[in-house]
Amino acid sequence: MSRFSDSEAPVFLQDRAIENLQFIRQTMERATAYTGVSGRGLVFVGVSALLSAWAAQQQSEAAHWIFIWLAEAAVSVIIAAGMMAQKSKRLQIPMWSETARRFLLSFTPPMLAGGLLTSILYQYGLPHLIPGLWLLLYGAAVIAGGTYSVKIVPVMGSCFMLLGTLALFLNPQWGHVLLGAGFGGLHILFGLWIARQHGG
Amino acid sequence: MLPQKKNNRHLAALPDPTPIEQTLQQTMDLDRLIHERIRLGIVSALAVNKSLSFNDLKMILNTSDGNLSVHARKLENAGYIQCKKSFEGRVPHTEYAITSTGRQALEHYLHHMESLIESTRQVQL
Repeated sequence: MSRFSDSEAPVFLQDRAIENLQFIRQTMERATAYTGVSGRGLVFVGVSALLSAWAAQQQSEAAHWIFIWLAEAAVSVIIAAGMMAQKSKRLQIPMWSETARRFLLSFTPPMLAGGLLTSILYQYGLPHLIPGLWLLLYGAAVIAGGTYSVKIVPVMGSCFMLLGTLALFLNPQWGHVLLGAGFGGLHILFGLWIARQHGG
Repeated sequence: MLPQKKNNRHLAALPDPTPIEQTLQQTMDLDRLIHERIRLGIVSALAVNKSLSFNDLKMILNTSDGNLSVHARKLENAGYIQCKKSFEGRVPHTEYAITSTGRQALEHYLHHMESLIESTRQVQL
């Protein structure tokens, strides 16, 4: 810094300035992704999941309630992406950050495994195992994706895994209740907590 | 790193400061408090969050307890951040938030870096 009389000094200083700006941007990105889980988004996801749980419980055909929950998953992805986009826009930070990429890389594999196992269990006539499987694998995905996030996120993942374990061991009639408690209850509960603690 | 006084004298000795030198002069007057890496990181992280705990900041900045607390203390003394200490059971819990002074300082610093890049680019072209 102090040897600016060198002929190369301006370039050197410019590089330093660019590097400083990059550092600020990266830190903001990390800090946002860190608390970037939109608490309000989670609450919305939870509310729509409660509606789905109610609708799914009315179905007698396994294929019907599975379809309702798959539609719910698609709706949740849209809600979550929308809330994230809104938050990044408000903070003027690119949504497609390095941290977001890393999150998707660790979140997606358990979800893909869940999708595959769902079709297999359905084909083999074991749909009563599906609620436990979903809760368990979604919990695993949240823990993996939330490694770089506020501690409360992996805690939420653990709660999902716990409910999934319960669902696998309890009488299958509890399946719908546990799905509602997990995707509805846990999302609302932790969403409210995150919104209160980490602003929005 | 040379003391600031000496640098200024060095600049003053030059005839007709060029735009670069003016910018360099500004750089010397730079907010040293915020320029340091960990401190710049603390202020940047807090600028995009309502508040962050000591442990949150430690994770985000990937630094040690001692390092973080020393730098956070300096920022706190300067009024750039404020800290709230409490107990969660027996575990002490420290929560940090940026002040309006701190936000201004960060904006000033950002502006400064941008103008530095801008003026250097102009001269190079």
